[in-house]
Amino acid sequence: MIKVEQLTKCYGPATAVDGISFAVAKGEIVGFLGPNGAGKSTTMKMIAGFLPPTSGSAVVAGRDVFRESLRAREHIGYMPENVPLYPDMRVTEYLRYRAALKGVPGRRMKERVQDVLELCGLQEVGRTIIGRLSKGYRQRVGLADAMIHEPDLLILDEPTIGLDPNQIRQVRDLIRNLKRHHTILLSTHILPEVEMLCSRVLIINKGRIEAMDTPQNLRARLGTADHIQLDAKVPDPKAAAAGLRKVPGVGSVTVRSDGAWTIFTILASSGQDPREAIYWHAVGQQWPARELSRSDVSLEQVFATVTHAEEH
Amino acid sequence: MRRFSTLLGRELAAAFHQPLAYVVMVFFLLITGFNFHAGVSLLNRSAGSTTMVEAFFNTVYFWFPFVLVFPLITMRVFAEEAKLGTIETLMTAPVRDGQVVFAKYAGALIFYLVLWLPSLLYFVMFQEVTDRSAAGAAGSYLGAYAMLVLIGMLYTALGCLASALTDNQIVAAVMAFAAILALFFLGLLSLFLPAAGQGLREVTCYFSPVQHMMDFSRGIFDTRPVVFYLSSTAVVLFATFHVFQYRRWRS
Repeated sequence: MIKVEQLTKCYGPATAVDGISFAVAKGEIVGFLGPNGAGKSTTMKMIAGFLPPTSGSAVVAGRDVFRESLRAREHIGYMPENVPLYPDMRVTEYLRYRAALKGVPGRRMKERVQDVLELCGLQEVGRTIIGRLSKGYRQRVGLADAMIHEPDLLILDEPTIGLDPNQIRQVRDLIRNLKRHHTILLSTHILPEVEMLCSRVLIINKGRIEAMDTPQNLRARLGTADHIQLDAKVPDPKAAAAGLRKVPGVGSVTVRSDGAWTIFTILASSGQDPREAIYWHAVGQQWPARELSRSDVSLEQVFATVTHAEEH
Repeated sequence: MRRFSTLLGRELAAAFHQPLAYVVMVFFLLITGFNFHAGVSLLNRSAGSTTMVEAFFNTVYFWFPFVLVFPLITMRVFAEEAKLGTIETLMTAPVRDGQVVFAKYAGALIFYLVLWLPSLLYFVMFQEVTDRSAAGAAGSYLGAYAMLVLIGMLYTALGCLASALTDNQIVAAVMAFAAILALFFLGLLSLFLPAAGQGLREVTCYFSPVQHMMDFSRGIFDTRPVVFYLSSTAVVLFATFHVFQYRRWRS
């Protein structure tokens, strides 16, 4: 669906996007992740056909975004950051205008506007002037606009920024429902959002792609040292820790006391999951245990590792 | 063509859906009404060969709102879109840059022409009430209104260029006003320059909207100003188109 090759954008001497290449298949939801100023928005603007690149190419649905811009734009629904809208128009009026601009034929106009109003939960504000809408509604109007012409590709730049937790959940549900019909490229710096929505993550920093994989694989790649937590009642914590270290698959053990209970933080040896062995060890020692868990490396850690690697 | 008419419809809606539009219209009606009154008074005092059309289109009360109104009409066309950020949604829809520029220009020009519509009534009224012809001949009307359109085309284009150059509507208005006044007074020089500087005087005469209007409202048709206004409008619009593209390219 998208094929980006060596895309570069310079603003004068500053390079915002530095030769990035990637491909997105039909039906994927790809999350663009990166700190502010990493080049996410610039990249999306280029793929959406708004900014011409300094060099490189982007192809959407088989059309070069820069050489056959109009044809490519017909396949793209783009929602810019902060969702710019005309405050003087009514919601349905705006959607009709946008549909006409994007070439929705007159006979399908009514149906399309109705569909997106319904899909985005905008029925009750159809006659409201956009300038009077709350931020959450404005965001949904932006989404409705992006998909009014049934584009193959949706590009959403920070779709949940500035919303309250309820609105964020609504927008996320909406995006999740969209993936049946659209390929989606979205950017965010909210990590749980990526884990929840995206089939693939693209971590971008300082204009370069630092990592590109599924959230699971990214975690696995950096998750060589899994932390296992055992919370048990033991007679002698020090001796117990020494005993635990002998369990196969266990790397190091640190001990922390919590009243009558002792919390062991166990670092597994690379690639191993010693939880079963630890369980049997505790059973053998007759330790009452109230917790045995493995904490996944969160995407947050992956993100921190990838984007701050050179600063440490 | 459908996209162009959609864009134009939006431009017109935006032009009329703002309070400023009605402030401008009221202000414009007041001054042109006063101008008409002044014209009638002039005709009452002097029984010369001046017609109503000539009296209406050649006073300072005509020129004052005339040059003032363009910055107010054109300041928002590009600047507002850039400020709101809607330029991004607009230009990622499958529309050509040229369509957008031309629709915006046409929208502003149509608003300007609407401002002049009531003035037609003045002349109808004049003929009804006084039983005298307002103009020497039909060519007088045609000439005056043709000049109104021609000068309007150039000044609207200048206003659009100014608006395309900035995100700030006030800055756009000031730039447009400066450019239009400079051009206007350059033409006015021909009336003040001593006859000694013949060459210079003749050159400025080519730019003089006052001179052009004087001729055309008498029904004298001259192709030189027509060519001047049409060609300079084309040049300014071409510049607007490139500024519009360039600013996006830079942003």
